[in-house]
Amino acid sequence: MTRRPSFTVYGLLAAFVLGSAFPFYWSFLVASRDNSALTGDFTLVPGGNFLRNASRVVDTIPFWKALGNSIIVSGTVTISVVLLSSLAGFAFAKLRFRGRGALLLFVIATLAVPTQLGIIPLYMAMAEFGWAGELEAVIVPNLVTAFGVFWMRQYLVDAVPDELVEAARMDGCSLWRVFWHVGLPAARPAAAMLGVFTFMQSWNDFLWPLVVLNADNPTIQVALEKLQSGYYVDYSLVLAGTTLATIPVLLVFIVLGRQIVAGIMQGAVKG
Amino acid sequence: MTVVLTPVDRGRAEEARPRPPRRHRLSALDTKVSPYLFVAPFFVLFAAIGLFPLLYTAYVSLFDWELGADDPAFIGVENYTTLVGDEQFWNALFNTFSIFVLSSGPQIIIAVLLAALLNANLRARTAWRMGVLLPYVASLVALTIIFGTLFGPQYGLVNEVLTAVGIGPVDWQADTFGSHLAIASMVNWRWTGYNALIVLAAMQAIPREVHEAALVDGAGALRRFFSITLPMLRPTIIFVVVTSTIGGLQIFTEPKLFDPSGGSGGGAENQYQTVVLYLYQSAFQSFDLGYASAIAWVLFLVVIVIAGLNFLLTRRLASTSSEVRR
Repeated sequence: MTRRPSFTVYGLLAAFVLGSAFPFYWSFLVASRDNSALTGDFTLVPGGNFLRNASRVVDTIPFWKALGNSIIVSGTVTISVVLLSSLAGFAFAKLRFRGRGALLLFVIATLAVPTQLGIIPLYMAMAEFGWAGELEAVIVPNLVTAFGVFWMRQYLVDAVPDELVEAARMDGCSLWRVFWHVGLPAARPAAAMLGVFTFMQSWNDFLWPLVVLNADNPTIQVALEKLQSGYYVDYSLVLAGTTLATIPVLLVFIVLGRQIVAGIMQGAVKG
Repeated sequence: MTVVLTPVDRGRAEEARPRPPRRHRLSALDTKVSPYLFVAPFFVLFAAIGLFPLLYTAYVSLFDWELGADDPAFIGVENYTTLVGDEQFWNALFNTFSIFVLSSGPQIIIAVLLAALLNANLRARTAWRMGVLLPYVASLVALTIIFGTLFGPQYGLVNEVLTAVGIGPVDWQADTFGSHLAIASMVNWRWTGYNALIVLAAMQAIPREVHEAALVDGAGALRRFFSITLPMLRPTIIFVVVTSTIGGLQIFTEPKLFDPSGGSGGGAENQYQTVVLYLYQSAFQSFDLGYASAIAWVLFLVVIVIAGLNFLLTRRLASTSSEVRR
């Protein structure tokens, strides 16, 4: 079992990883040339136009505003989902109350509910509140997820010993202080993973922001769509946009990739 | 021996005592009420932003409701009867399932094989795992735009390669099957590595003794893979299939943005229009909210039926096989 695998294994894996990376590189390749890049002979050597194309992106769409909006939206949504999921997850995992089983069953049953299909009434409500076009419209409908509650509950069941909760109660801690000083610190690893996944999901969300936001106040995904739509498409411009938008998430992936891998694999076995 | 009182027992013990001190009465109240306060934010918000819109969708679907109209007219189930006779809806449903089948089939097979490779005793294990997960960080919008250029019918790289090897160009946008294949390849590219990691986790949960016993009995590597690994992965594979079904049935971004010059998306002949794209176009381009709500509600029922089947299947399999589930 401890034998090192053959070169074939490494070769196949390397081919797969190259294939995984290629579309990113292709995007940069076209972005670094001019619009004739797609019509001329194919080459893997980047040209020298990336910065020029990138600055054209910034002139064509409100790029910095879109980036800032995406950070605000994804950041707020992430904080809310992680905090409220930890709180409810802690109650489900460690506190006893009438109806706990039924309520938890409800959470599990809603895991598969495609809430995305409720966009029509949601749009009517946003128009009613005067939030159409505003960031509230993309933040408020994403403040909680059933998945988050379930995920935190599954983690906290084992992570916090019941005796610890009892001991804190004996010392006269209120349940809120038990949550804050015992539950939340213990939940940190799972909360971090939930945070990363929530942030990425919110960052990539497209359908709802497209419905409710406009070209002047977009998230980064909606801005990219505006960059692309049009009768004549300037590919080096559009792909400079996708490259610029991908750089932040690639950086996050390089820093947190190890944890993301661990999170996916733990999520697959636990639960 | 120390007696550990649960919060509930403590509450009862205090109630029995005559005139408990103020602090204890507060504590009993805390024990009773706080858990509900902890779960309330989730339930209140989820009801408002998750459940209510879904239920209200069913209500809207019974009206002839134009976007911005003041008094929508109640028309009963007319939207649904129209939907049953709507060829475009059936076409969209067909496209959705076709793209789903083309993506989930190859994806599962490659994910299992990839997981088997990753399960080897590799040098720089984590780096390889991160490598296969790389596509997962790409945003769908960026990804679709990039693949749109790769599959461009005139200057796309895929067609250049196909021409060079003598197969000849394919019109990835106009051809129904071609467009489904191109869109499925985007889905596959993004999710195969992710699913491989889930399968890998399940593979590592298989007890080592089982493999060793088979090894002693003289089973080769292939035999062990097909007789031990695959059967024990079944619940995980079903889980992956069903989650990708629920996601796949709601595919929107790829068909919307696949062809940048294609107007509102879905193709000139709706050859790759999906159900959610049709919903979006009905609601926010034709402004027919009632009809779009009927589409949403039908799709919702389809998803629920499939999720329910999943629940029954996994429960049955989990009781007979290993307990690896998400």
